[in-house]
Amino acid sequence: MPGISIEEVRQVAHLARLQLSDDELSVLQGELSALLEHVARITQLDTEGVPPTAHPLPLFNVLRLDEPRSGLTPAEALAAAPAVDRGRFSVPSILGDAL
Amino acid sequence: MPEGFETVIGLEVHCELSTATKLFCSCANAFGDEPNSNVCPVCLGLPGSLPVLNRRAVEFAIRIGQALGGDIRPSIFHRKNYFYPDMPKDYQISQYDQPISSGGRLALPDGSVVGIVRAHMEEDTGKSTHIGESGRIHGASHSLVDYNRAGVPLVEIVSEPDIRSAEQARLYVSELRAVLVATGASDGRMEEGSLRVDANVSIRPTGTTDLGTRCEVKNLNSLRSLVRAISYEAERQSALIAGGGTVSQQTRHWDEGGGVTQLLRSKEEAYDYRYFPEPDLVPLVPDDSLLSAAAAGVGKMPSERRQSLAELLGVPGEALAAGPVADQAQTVIELDLDGLVIGAVACGADAHLALARAANEGASKAEGARRLDAGTFAGLIKLESGGILSATQSKAVLSVLIDEGGEPAEIARRLGFEAMGQSDLDELVDSVIAANPDEWRRYQEGDDKISGFLLGLVMRQSSGKANGKLVKDTFDLRRHAGTASQG
Repeated sequence: MPGISIEEVRQVAHLARLQLSDDELSVLQGELSALLEHVARITQLDTEGVPPTAHPLPLFNVLRLDEPRSGLTPAEALAAAPAVDRGRFSVPSILGDAL
Repeated sequence: MPEGFETVIGLEVHCELSTATKLFCSCANAFGDEPNSNVCPVCLGLPGSLPVLNRRAVEFAIRIGQALGGDIRPSIFHRKNYFYPDMPKDYQISQYDQPISSGGRLALPDGSVVGIVRAHMEEDTGKSTHIGESGRIHGASHSLVDYNRAGVPLVEIVSEPDIRSAEQARLYVSELRAVLVATGASDGRMEEGSLRVDANVSIRPTGTTDLGTRCEVKNLNSLRSLVRAISYEAERQSALIAGGGTVSQQTRHWDEGGGVTQLLRSKEEAYDYRYFPEPDLVPLVPDDSLLSAAAAGVGKMPSERRQSLAELLGVPGEALAAGPVADQAQTVIELDLDGLVIGAVACGADAHLALARAANEGASKAEGARRLDAGTFAGLIKLESGGILSATQSKAVLSVLIDEGGEPAEIARRLGFEAMGQSDLDELVDSVIAANPDEWRRYQEGDDKISGFLLGLVMRQSSGKANGKLVKDTFDLRRHAGTASQG
């Protein structure tokens, strides 16, 4: 069952917006397959009666009070933006890509 | 809708919570501020930042779940991954298979009940402005993003596909909005985007139980858009089927200007969101302290308040499902002015008149109207129903009362609204009769349509000081006197 096809690697790369050459796809196919096989070993364990774990820490309800604090100024927020227009982040046309 | 088909609608309502800060950071949750002024490393998705959950947002989400009769349960957060510039982290933190509230129902004023699948917490996205000829998402050359809204707490309420018409959908959203406002969790302002609706619409042969292929319609930002978009979409799907075609599963965008839905993406292009548990947040377990904080300060639900108003007005509950009085009742409940009406009636005011003044003149200055003393408001209503003030005068006094406070009778005097004495009124009515003999004859002959004309003349000539009801009575007296002498 473990293992991953070239097509699946290509699909995952697309979802992550990574452009990969055929050589890279084939290298990643091997590496990702090895990872999946490693993780799949957990299916060999008997987990009957073990409750699902959502988080490794024995913690819940970590909350903060609803009190505002100032963050960044607009100039600070926009400082690292590739393009800025009218105080906003300027981004390429949203529907241009196969989204 | 062709004969033999019915529309099946399920709604997803996104409600912005009225917290002071965002869901996972301490940036202000405010509408209309300078772009990108309420941002920080967390809501901008900068590396190394970590989310911390807002306690108040959790309390509000619990309130909403409880108001809808949901089961409040332990929950966790997931990452919903997608590349879209309105979410700078490239994922949205949302609840997936373990929402904070599961199940529930919403009873509508018309007696129907819509099932609730779930209510879950998630963060809002930034606001995109599409630059290009159309100003719409289609054909935009580039987009500008303001992240003030990114990370604002939302509760998404998902209904069962129990809704059967555009009108019922309108009723559902309207009632849900009133519930959300009553819980104090939201201001319910659709025009500011506090409430946004996506509609899943399909059609099927009446009497069948299988669901047809649905289309999801986005960008419904008003009740009017909701009704128009659902009607359009049902017609579009009917025409497809009538023409021998089939409906394909799509996400469509409502274009308010063009009055049409447009293809946004097809099923094949649907996102693969790759949900996985958010590792930076720990589970949320509704304990006693959260539950009791959520329960505090919850107002009465709209259905209960509608019932109180119906009793006050002496009408059956169903009378508040549709019609002008129903609209007035809905307005005062939504604006939280029903308490004022109930208080005024307790002080002896006429219920229907108090409701009308609160729903119309009070609604235009709702914030001030909510501060009105019920006894003072009742005093004004009594002046009007007793014929001391005309309707026009009463509205003017109410406006001053809301803005400046004071006593109704004193304000009326200050505005020069001395009630017109009966002798002055008699004189005015007689002069109008003398100047319009033809109209007066028609009125005497029973043409009631002309009465508005004569009444209007008297009202104008009295500069609004005459009481409309008394004017009508005076005309009627003259008519009866005339008829009697002729007979």
